[in-house]
Amino acid sequence: MQINVFFDREKKEKTIEVGENSLIRDLLAKMGINPVTVIVSRNDTIIMEDDEINDKDKIKLISVISGG
Amino acid sequence: MNCCNEKEIIKLPAGEKLCRKHFTEYFENKVFKTITKFDLIGKQENLGVAISGGKDSLTLLHILNKLSRQNPKIKLTGILIDEGIKDYRDKSLEAAKEFCQKNNVKLEIYSFEEEFGMSLDNMLKVLDVKPCTICGIFRRYLLNKKSRELKFTKIATGHNLDDEAQSIMMNQFKNNIHLSARLGPMVGISSNKSSSIKNSSMKDNTMKNGINNNLKNKNNKNVITSNNINNDKDSNVNFVQRIKPLYLCTEKEVTTYAFVNNLLDEFTECPNVVKSYRAQVRDMLNNLEAKFSGTKYSIVNSFLQMLPDLKERFKEAEVNYCKECNEPASKDKCNACKYAEKLDKANASAILNNTQIFF
Repeated sequence: MQINVFFDREKKEKTIEVGENSLIRDLLAKMGINPVTVIVSRNDTIIMEDDEINDKDKIKLISVISGG
Repeated sequence: MNCCNEKEIIKLPAGEKLCRKHFTEYFENKVFKTITKFDLIGKQENLGVAISGGKDSLTLLHILNKLSRQNPKIKLTGILIDEGIKDYRDKSLEAAKEFCQKNNVKLEIYSFEEEFGMSLDNMLKVLDVKPCTICGIFRRYLLNKKSRELKFTKIATGHNLDDEAQSIMMNQFKNNIHLSARLGPMVGISSNKSSSIKNSSMKDNTMKNGINNNLKNKNNKNVITSNNINNDKDSNVNFVQRIKPLYLCTEKEVTTYAFVNNLLDEFTECPNVVKSYRAQVRDMLNNLEAKFSGTKYSIVNSFLQMLPDLKERFKEAEVNYCKECNEPASKDKCNACKYAEKLDKANASAILNNTQIFF
């Protein structure tokens, strides 16, 4: 599956390839991102690590770390 | 464990999953309980809320605004210190202004440029010092001084559980346990506490050369006058007490709350943070938290049990005032004056070498 992911800390969108029936947790692991450090949204709704990813999903990763 | 039939948005360290509505209730209750448990806010306060425009301070202001609307004797004013960090502070400043305007909260803004004669970016060009060190010193100096001038009874800051856990561990790793005595949900000396005050030069309100050029305001007046020095020997009201209502909230909880309440702006990161020791400790703690949920809570909760003993062991018998500017200081000269003097010398040297890079 091809997933569009925008990570606010990097300010860019990437396309990530994940397997069928992947979960958000799998996506984060593939990107090397610690789930403690982000909240994940899909269509402006927060989703959780054990939510399934759908093909062509547009995911936004919002960094929780303080900027300063 | 699910809280109801609505979609869950967060899993708490203890395992409970909450939907948007129940999470909002949980978060706000947690903040109010923190305020009550640690007696952070009295029935009547003139509260300064330190704002950066980031998610923590806007979340704090959003919740305190709710409290203030229920209790009109708790007055709120936002206070923002603009260090002059290009592509960082200028962006968050706009977010802060917009929020305060929308919510009818007065916002006082003070800049390094205005108060010290140069921005942090320019200070770092002439001084060989860690950015966070000098930023923190001048920011805290200004925050305290302006809060006192504005007659705030307390300053509320957006420090959260993650910040505190990081500070605790940084002090451990650096063998600075005495600094941990100054941590906790409320910091600073209560005006009710008696303390003998060693105050060496109340008569002389003028500042010496090292400060004059940098700690004056734009109109070239000395910023310390006899009017704003407190002569009360039984209290240290020159130091405005600071409270942390988000003390027990994790960064993830704060961000989630900010998200659901439309308080999140574009992510910006201070360019100086990536080089900092704190950032490394932060990453270490987050890696541990990912494997062992609740680690950060444990660090802070166990620290809170030790804090009374630390405060007792490292309590300051005397409160000093800086001989230069009369602000509270642990030694004869405060750190702000020390660095202002270095800046003066660096600038003088730059002028001599015809390499002055600002103005």
